[in-house]
Amino acid sequence: MKIDEIQNGIVLDHIKAGNSMKIYKYLDLDKLDCTVALIRNVKSNKMGKKDIIKIDSPIKINLEVLGYIDSGITVNIINNGVLCDKHKLELPEKLTNVIRCKNPRCITTVESHLNSVFKLSDREKGIYRCEYCEAENS
Amino acid sequence: MRHLIDITDLTVEEINNLVTVSENIIKDKSSFSEICKGKKIATLFYEPSTRTRLSFEAAMLELGGNVLGFASADSSSVSKGETVTDTVRTVGCYADIIAMRHPKEGAPMAASKYSPVPIINSGDGGHNHPTQTLADLLTIQLEKGRLDNFTIGFCGDLMFGRTVHSLINALSRYKNINFVFISPEELKIPAYIKEDTLNKKGLPYKEVERLEEVMPELDILYMTRVQRERFFNEADYIRLKDSYILEPNKLINAKKDLSILHPLPRVNEISHSIDDDPRACYFKQVLNGKYIRMALIMKLLEVQV
Repeated sequence: MKIDEIQNGIVLDHIKAGNSMKIYKYLDLDKLDCTVALIRNVKSNKMGKKDIIKIDSPIKINLEVLGYIDSGITVNIINNGVLCDKHKLELPEKLTNVIRCKNPRCITTVESHLNSVFKLSDREKGIYRCEYCEAENS
Repeated sequence: MRHLIDITDLTVEEINNLVTVSENIIKDKSSFSEICKGKKIATLFYEPSTRTRLSFEAAMLELGGNVLGFASADSSSVSKGETVTDTVRTVGCYADIIAMRHPKEGAPMAASKYSPVPIINSGDGGHNHPTQTLADLLTIQLEKGRLDNFTIGFCGDLMFGRTVHSLINALSRYKNINFVFISPEELKIPAYIKEDTLNKKGLPYKEVERLEEVMPELDILYMTRVQRERFFNEADYIRLKDSYILEPNKLINAKKDLSILHPLPRVNEISHSIDDDPRACYFKQVLNGKYIRMALIMKLLEVQV
């Protein structure tokens, strides 16, 4: 199977196998006009299997969301067919309007205009807590 | 501008300072009687309260200030659907400081993001109650003469007991505190308190189901009420409400200088026959709550003697 190299855009590499659809949805890639290639279960020496997403347009990516979904992803920025920048992601300290609190007692469940803010409370375990009620994201 | 949303918003040094100011107020009330003249506190209580609301109001009056506010959501525009954030923006036009109690967790935090004046969390659902914690700390200081080196037992509803969570957070920053948690399985201390506060700091604690088992080792016993309003299921409340009742016979093996605290209101978890025991401190706690709220209001309004 051949997927053309992109000229100006972004390649999301080292996506944990099976996560690419989730990322596709979170980043609203279905709304783009350009070519988007979603490649699943690519053989990888390091990971065994991985997913890759290629976006043939220099769009702005929400690295916060991406880092939250899969902090192992590498973001490659391609310019004129050449790799010009590379970002290693990590879990963001704060997530704003990425996830909603599920605690029925939380103020954000009744006042929907409030920004939903989650803060990283345990980097090792990847635990986030609601800024308002401190409930763990589950 | 500072708010008090969580007890950890205050440093240990600031808490110690509030305790000292409270002790000064107790010694010489008249020096503080006009310190907040011309200032107003708004008490916005979306949930019923006797002590906390009246304590804030009494505190401001004793500082020479004035009070306004509402004691239930029904008597405000909340009943028309006004948001907490709109309410505090409005009330902030009339008052210099706001004390808020709300059944939803995080409501005071949300309010603090929009309020033009300091917000004091006066209880948000089962989450936090930092000014009760200040009252508890002042009581411990006055009873024990210190805020470190003791064993404290928390008994009853440790799952939804916001006063318990705040006090554990506060005490976790003092030295040599041993925590003992006494509760039924269903009302155990939340995992996040154990993980984030106790385990992370390597603080010693144990969990037991029988109060008698640990009574002899306690310097402080912090009793709590099983709160009907925190249960979605009435049957669960009825099953657990009488889990722990402190009666004189349970104190047989207790230390002579034990201090019994309770944030009140109580239902039946402390027998009235214990009220005259010199170890009962819960009504002193009520009075101490007023003094330390006076100190807190002064701090947040940045007024000095």
